[in-house]
Amino acid sequence: MSFLEYRIKFVPTGPRKILYINWALVVLLIAVASVGFLMLYSVAGGRIDVWAEPQMKRFGLGLAVMFIVAFVPVWFWRNMAGVAYVVSLALLVVVEFFGHVGMGAQRWINLGFMMLQPSELMKVAIVMMLAAYYDWLDVKKVSRPLWVLIPVLLILIPTGLIVVQPDLGTSILVMVGGAVVMFCAGVSWIYFGVVIAAGVGMVAAVLASRGTPWQLLQDYQYRRIDTFLDPSNDPLGAGYHISQAKIALGSGGWTGRGFMQGTQSRLNFLPEKHTDFIFTTLAEEFGFVGAFSLLVLYAMILGFCIVSAIQNKDRFASLLTLGIAATFFLYFAINMLMVMGLAPVVGVPLPLVSYGGSSMLVLLAAFGLVQSAHIHRPR
Amino acid sequence: MRRSARDTEESARRISRRALFLGGSMAAVVAVLGARMRYMQVEKADEFRLLAEDNRISIRLIPPARGLIQDRNGKLIAGNEQNYRVVISREDAGDVSDVLHRLAGIVPISAEDLDRALKEAKRRSPLPIIVSDRMPWEDVSKVALNAPALPGVSPEVGLSRIYPRDTDFAHVVGYVGPVSEADLARVDNPDPILTAPKFQIGKIGVETWMEDTLRGQAGHRRVEVNVTGRVMRELDRQEGEPGADIRLTLDADVQNFVQARLGDESAAAVVMDVQTGDIIAIASAPSFDPNLFVRGISHKDYNALTENDHRPLANKSVQGAYPPGSTFKMVTALAALQAGAITTSTAVRCPGYFEIAGRRFHCWKGGGHGSVTLDRSLAESCDVFYYDVAVKAGIDKMAEMGRMLGLGQRHDLPMSAITEGNMPDKAWKTARYGQEWRVGDTVNAAIGQGYVLTSPLQLAVMTARIASGRSVVPRLIHSIDGKEVPVAEAAPLPIEPAHLRAVREGMFAVNNSQRGTAYASRIDDKSLRMAGKTGTSQVRNISTAERARGVIGNAQLPWNRRDHALFVGFAPYDAPRYAVVVVVEHGGGGSAVAAPVARDIILRALSDGMPPLTAYPAAQRNRIESQQKDLPLRAADPPGPAASRA
Repeated sequence: MSFLEYRIKFVPTGPRKILYINWALVVLLIAVASVGFLMLYSVAGGRIDVWAEPQMKRFGLGLAVMFIVAFVPVWFWRNMAGVAYVVSLALLVVVEFFGHVGMGAQRWINLGFMMLQPSELMKVAIVMMLAAYYDWLDVKKVSRPLWVLIPVLLILIPTGLIVVQPDLGTSILVMVGGAVVMFCAGVSWIYFGVVIAAGVGMVAAVLASRGTPWQLLQDYQYRRIDTFLDPSNDPLGAGYHISQAKIALGSGGWTGRGFMQGTQSRLNFLPEKHTDFIFTTLAEEFGFVGAFSLLVLYAMILGFCIVSAIQNKDRFASLLTLGIAATFFLYFAINMLMVMGLAPVVGVPLPLVSYGGSSMLVLLAAFGLVQSAHIHRPR
Repeated sequence: MRRSARDTEESARRISRRALFLGGSMAAVVAVLGARMRYMQVEKADEFRLLAEDNRISIRLIPPARGLIQDRNGKLIAGNEQNYRVVISREDAGDVSDVLHRLAGIVPISAEDLDRALKEAKRRSPLPIIVSDRMPWEDVSKVALNAPALPGVSPEVGLSRIYPRDTDFAHVVGYVGPVSEADLARVDNPDPILTAPKFQIGKIGVETWMEDTLRGQAGHRRVEVNVTGRVMRELDRQEGEPGADIRLTLDADVQNFVQARLGDESAAAVVMDVQTGDIIAIASAPSFDPNLFVRGISHKDYNALTENDHRPLANKSVQGAYPPGSTFKMVTALAALQAGAITTSTAVRCPGYFEIAGRRFHCWKGGGHGSVTLDRSLAESCDVFYYDVAVKAGIDKMAEMGRMLGLGQRHDLPMSAITEGNMPDKAWKTARYGQEWRVGDTVNAAIGQGYVLTSPLQLAVMTARIASGRSVVPRLIHSIDGKEVPVAEAAPLPIEPAHLRAVREGMFAVNNSQRGTAYASRIDDKSLRMAGKTGTSQVRNISTAERARGVIGNAQLPWNRRDHALFVGFAPYDAPRYAVVVVVEHGGGGSAVAAPVARDIILRALSDGMPPLTAYPAAQRNRIESQQKDLPLRAADPPGPAASRA
């Protein structure tokens, strides 16, 4: 019970917790989600029932989940970290063998009332697990090789399971999310230097393995890398997504074509216009002003999380907050880099804006953890 | 576990430091994102906007040019002609109905076409819809001029099938028509081109049987189109493969002569090369214009064709199954000779009737022929001779011989509705009717009546095999894409050559002995002389009572109760080249009706142009000359430009 380390003067209890919620963060989340509703309404051709309405319902449900999670003391969540991790891992194994194959990847478990993606759960579970691990670990041992190896394994096992699904985007999110917690916990710079060097080596190996019997990635993933490096060599094939996204985005100009006036998405030139590529519609219809505003909203969410983490003296709480912030950051950064042609198309949604249930619910639950950490910080 | 306050403080500070570093890194990435947005949306905005304007990519199929069908000398039978049409692209038009009505205000478009186009537009197919087909050039240019007011509308040039020799090849070559649901259901993996609007495939005849060869492979092009649907540039283009050209064994000029000579009779004729099996002409009369079907036949025209009692749509030369009548006598004779029931000199007495199993079978000649040998029996077509030898040989031997000569089987030609005919034997009757074969059935079969049914094509094969002594197989496709289709190996028939020679001599006598049934239709030219056999097959039963009153002449009967007139023959007798078969439905007597037509046809096949009058007996030349003049033949060659591949 590490809270005993602190000289706690005051912890809010009961309904008073509402006053201690980070309300600015709540408002920011609602603002971002509202941008999503607008865009889903627009890409559906002015229809609310196609995507916007189900998305609103899910967001409402997600907010409720967030508040419930927020009111539960953060030490409960620390105690639950191991359970969350093991359950997520078990579910990943289950989808591997019994999962529902959708869109060419085996990622879903049918729960009856919704389709669950265990890899989504793992994004949060890995952060909880590592935060709890470093909370428990003696500060002096943090950089010792054996104590570094354990979290590395905790990260690599689920990452491996997600890569084979295959879902490159989510596995990157899990891996980097976990690494950020390790980094914040104070693991020596040397390890990160080594890992980055190894990563560069890996990339080289992946590229070199192409066409050989021990090829490391799927063909379609290689093709995505190819078209990322040079989208113009195949403007109608695999490079189509990137070219079309860039055209839509770029043609927005300063202020955009106006709400519901985006010609590119309307004419179906844009792929996945309501999911991974929704940012292009926003950028086309609201221009630089709109796209940059969304970026600012995201940055503010990050800012509030980091400030909250720094203010928090509890190690689990601040590591958890930082890890979730990092995951959230990776979401929108990878998505935006992707649609702007700076990263390969890996299939990461724009958080809180893209249409999709699993990912939104998990994200809001994660922000519930952030709020819980914020409410129950030692004062 | 309780940690020291110092550790906790230190740890919190370290987390704060790293958190700040993390925040800084994130800020840097966010700055990159913002800069990229600014670069794309502000600095490069014009460039992207330009791309967006043009950014409408559409994939268009390029229909392959259908292979040509030519006669053995390369004369065009089926070709393609260019036609102009106006298409509308639903995506680009916006309000399809509004644009269509505007279009109708500019050029004449029938209400029917308009309705159909609107209906097709509702199906939301991504393919352009053809509004109007076969438009005159002036109308197309009007559409082009008014393009800005007609978004999504564009004129197109297409190819459509044309049959320059209209009625001549309707039954053999058939015609093409739009792809129907049934057509699509028949193929496992339909070529996407089949779903293209107004794409046409073979519906009947060679066009349908050789569809895969003729169709070719569709190409496609990906184009970027602008806001009004105009093609701005072609991104890539993959040319299709045009269909392969097919050369038939038919001779277009002979075919034309045959069709003209049959005239308005309900008749069929086949000319076949007795050595190679090449079909030189195969005609069914009356005929119809296949071009009507390509353009979409009107109800009125279609009903006229189906209601005609001469059945113009039926391909009588391969589809019609007729009792062969006396033309079957060669089969009976050869069967009896081969079975050893008779020799070439066996004589049979003909008192005018034949009695067996308590029934009396009549010869066509009431008074009888007296003592008859094979030679005379063929020449004068004595029935009693055949009744007698058939009973001696038995039906199974006859059926075996018939099949050996090509009867009772489906000859595999790329034509529609080829009949198998019927070559009955004992087993067949038991299987078909569950009854014993009776000797009376054999007697009927002896003269090609009763259960025996043959198509003109089968009779041509039979005649060719008797003439050549080899089992020639009919061939209709001469070459595909310049590569000749090999002539089937024709083995000598397992028949004693002396027997065949005797039958041929009998057939020679039919045309060339004074008492022969077709003596009037002889060929005088020594080098072209014809051998043949007449046939008159009953389509009704003559009752004993009627026979007692005197058989009613054909002229007094209604048309569809009259006898079929048949003639089979080959020429030249000394070096057989062609076999000819003429069947005139309800024509009357074979010698009077079918034989003269057959003679004209085989002479036309043997000569280079109109048959020379010197080939005919001197007394007939004046009549033949005027008849030749009146023949409604086609002009030397159909007009060229429309017939080209384009």
